Amino acid sequence: MSKTIRIDGKEIPFEEGQTIMEAASAADVYIPHLCHHPDYTPHGSCKLCSVQVNGRNCTACTFPALEGQDIISQSQELQEDRQRITQMLFVEGNHFCPGCEKTGNCQLQAVGYYLNMLDNHFPHFYARREMDASHPDILIDHNRCIFCNLCVRASREKDGKNVFAISGRGINKRLVVNSSSGQLKDSDIDVNDSAVHICPTGAILIKRQGFRVPIGQRIYDHHQIDEVALEQESESHGR
Amino acid sequence: MADKIRVATTSLAGCFGCHMSLLDIDERMLQLVDLVEFDRSPITDIEHCTNCDIGLIEGGVCNSENVHVLREFRKNCKILVAVGACAINGGLPAIRNYMALEDCLKEAYIDGIGIENAQIPSDPELPLLLDQVHPIHEVVKVDYFLPGCPPSADVFWTFFTDLLEGRQPKLPYELVHYD
Repeated sequence: MSKTIRIDGKEIPFEEGQTIMEAASAADVYIPHLCHHPDYTPHGSCKLCSVQVNGRNCTACTFPALEGQDIISQSQELQEDRQRITQMLFVEGNHFCPGCEKTGNCQLQAVGYYLNMLDNHFPHFYARREMDASHPDILIDHNRCIFCNLCVRASREKDGKNVFAISGRGINKRLVVNSSSGQLKDSDIDVNDSAVHICPTGAILIKRQGFRVPIGQRIYDHHQIDEVALEQESESHGR
Repeated sequence: MADKIRVATTSLAGCFGCHMSLLDIDERMLQLVDLVEFDRSPITDIEHCTNCDIGLIEGGVCNSENVHVLREFRKNCKILVAVGACAINGGLPAIRNYMALEDCLKEAYIDGIGIENAQIPSDPELPLLLDQVHPIHEVVKVDYFLPGCPPSADVFWTFFTDLLEGRQPKLPYELVHYD
């Protein structure tokens, strides 16, 4: 007999060693997330997947599924917390969707849609951040980095290259490139690397791809992020 | 006329695209004007806002006149609505926030290509530019937000019909777009 946890009153089976996120996703239950990807070591930094486990808040992507857990995910309180977190991500970066070529394919934007986020609530930082357009095929716009660490993990764990790292703390936190000049052109990154394709926002872009798919025909123009994420990730989760 | 809902609209640091989108409600405008009366608006060319039920604000806050107009709307409108990306997060005008204001003025009036008799305008009648462009919720309390660049005509229609029929305005997923 398989072990089960309860998420929002629904019995979910799990296997030993799975996280709550993995068990939920394998059972087609969506928990909002940005820094999580089933192919990489959990990071637990974005906090969007915070759920209440037996009355205590935990991140579903890092917390193990254990027999008898009673988990709340879809409460109004948690959805409001997630909306505030998403609003903070928007005001701490410079996310101007009308001027971003990732619009419609952007997971940050799609999470905002999913949470019915209509405004940014907080005062904007308007932080001054640079772009790195030095590489012939790849562009980094630091204005849009949410420090999810996915490119760091993908470069290290899948590409075996260690191109990226997060440096500094608080407002001075930034994505850095492992090269003598600190510029992308002097690193050993390649346009086919997983790290280049994993960014959930428009921070890492491939050049000469913009508007290949017109606005209005992009992923989240027609599909909510819960159905897209479950379809793309459940196979890896259920592995 | 007296029992109609009074609506005022204005554009601060915006491109009037949100107003154009409002006009995109097309023939439904005839239904709307049976229910609402426009006060200050580019549609009426009335200079000052008087007591209104709804104030629609397009654009962000980039100069002293924007602050003045915004406060006049807040004082006179029972419900204030931030319309579009610029009103909500500063939008594309806020891209100048990454440069010093002096550099922006120099680029526009001194160093730009083809400029003759270069000088930065300093007429006392011109509103003073703010150091940065701000979303309107950083200046006044805002009651509702209609995201989009611009919000579609259906967003305006859904918002108006919900409000006029006594429902809490709610945008379905397919109408929430930031771009």
